[in-house]
Amino acid sequence: MNWQDLATALFGEQHHIIRNGDVLSGTAQLQDQTIAVVGTTDHASIGVEIALAQAAVVLDTIQNYPGRPILLLVDTQGQRLRHRDELLGINRYMAHMGCCVELARRSGHKVVGLVYDQALSGGFITSGLIADACYALPEAEIRVMRLPAMARVTKISEDVLEALSVSNPVFAPGVKNYVAMGGIRSLWEGDLRAALTTALADTTITDERAKDGALRGGRTMSANVTARVVAA
Amino acid sequence: MRQSFAESTARERISQLLDAGLFYEILGPAQRVSSPHLAQLGVPAAFDDGVVIGSGSLGGRPVLVASQEGEFMGGGVGEVHGAKLVGLFQRALVVRPAAVIVIAESGGVRLHEANAGLIAVSEVMRALLDVRAAGIAVVMLIGGANGCFGGMGLIARCADHIVMSDIGRLSMSGPEVIESSNGVEEFDSRDRALVWRTTGGKHRYLTGDADVLVEDDGDAFRKAAMEALGSAKPLTLESMLAEHALLSERVRLFGDCKDAMDIWRRLGVNHPERVTDMEADQLQSLAHRQSTDLEPV
Repeated sequence: MNWQDLATALFGEQHHIIRNGDVLSGTAQLQDQTIAVVGTTDHASIGVEIALAQAAVVLDTIQNYPGRPILLLVDTQGQRLRHRDELLGINRYMAHMGCCVELARRSGHKVVGLVYDQALSGGFITSGLIADACYALPEAEIRVMRLPAMARVTKISEDVLEALSVSNPVFAPGVKNYVAMGGIRSLWEGDLRAALTTALADTTITDERAKDGALRGGRTMSANVTARVVAA
Repeated sequence: MRQSFAESTARERISQLLDAGLFYEILGPAQRVSSPHLAQLGVPAAFDDGVVIGSGSLGGRPVLVASQEGEFMGGGVGEVHGAKLVGLFQRALVVRPAAVIVIAESGGVRLHEANAGLIAVSEVMRALLDVRAAGIAVVMLIGGANGCFGGMGLIARCADHIVMSDIGRLSMSGPEVIESSNGVEEFDSRDRALVWRTTGGKHRYLTGDADVLVEDDGDAFRKAAMEALGSAKPLTLESMLAEHALLSERVRLFGDCKDAMDIWRRLGVNHPERVTDMEADQLQSLAHRQSTDLEPV
């Protein structure tokens, strides 16, 4: 779904979300609540400038609009793969965005992420997965890497990976696998406005993903291992 | 005697770091908590899944420690590896150590369990930030031969304090990944000098991304970690505005630089071509770093 259709489905025609480059920002009304929106579009490649632009929206919201919920709209091909970004320390810029979201959470802002198109790799970690909880549209695509590239890096044949991906959500791209592993809380289908309203009301600020992954059978060891370390 | 931190194993680094004889490993190899995903791929598992965690004492003060083994899958974060790190951070909220110290050596998400690794990196990040919010320092030591990349590079920059050696590298995408995506003229991954200038400890120290630069020596890391025990800096609006100002200023000052040496020159280093050959303490005495205490604008 393109971002304009998404914004209309979520907020009606009267939203104030604008696009500047590949960055989306603005506000919209959900019933009597104003929501701050920040995200990317057109499979944005997240470089230092985009990470900064996103962080600026989050900081402005914390500073000037206490308690205002924040919606992160995710459509990214991942971090920008350029020498210049590495030279400038892109990991620090992306971590900064993540830490701004963390500060928002601690300052009383609900933060909900929505993968509405594509979420890839490192770019997704600080622009979506850092939310209180992350949701996705059913047609969205989430992956670390395509299977052919994964086959090259891991030196395991694509056929083997393909076969395993049917039975094991750990390898294969796809939003359903992320739901099974707890990384995505749920898929939003049908009335998106109602889904957002419910998400803002229900999302806890504690990290429930390992527990969800265990309950859903997609990530069976994580919660258990964590608990054993705490109890040791 | 000097012991190369880079050439040491994850366990050796822990013994170089901590007070002698005072490390208690949690979920050690005897417990055989290993990855459930590797066997189906025909890849051998490790009984610690590539990360050693536990508690110990540093300068007489209690600390929790994690040490990633770069020789096992490049230190990649998989489901169990990530869960051990999350557990260690959650444990810190209970036992309240003087610091959680992470000896980081990792390519980031372990591709063999890609989806689980990606989620795990995000969980580690949140667990780490919970520890900082509790006023407990999180310290990263980066000096392994495989560097600290990808998701682990993000996690590192969420910590309070980073100690690096010249050999250590800290970045997001590996040079090979950039080269394969955008060509050798974008980033020549076989040009070792270029790779180190761009991602190595000296550059990260001069730009302020690493707080301390040390020699490739276990004892030097130990001393720097001891000094970092009181470095807890919970996130505040003021600190994040200052960070934002610094990062904006960096793009303005250095955004057109083609090479690390251009940045060093603009920082006021008179002979940037000599930086590569400098010892850590010589470089520290230059003190031409991007200021880390800018006021918010």
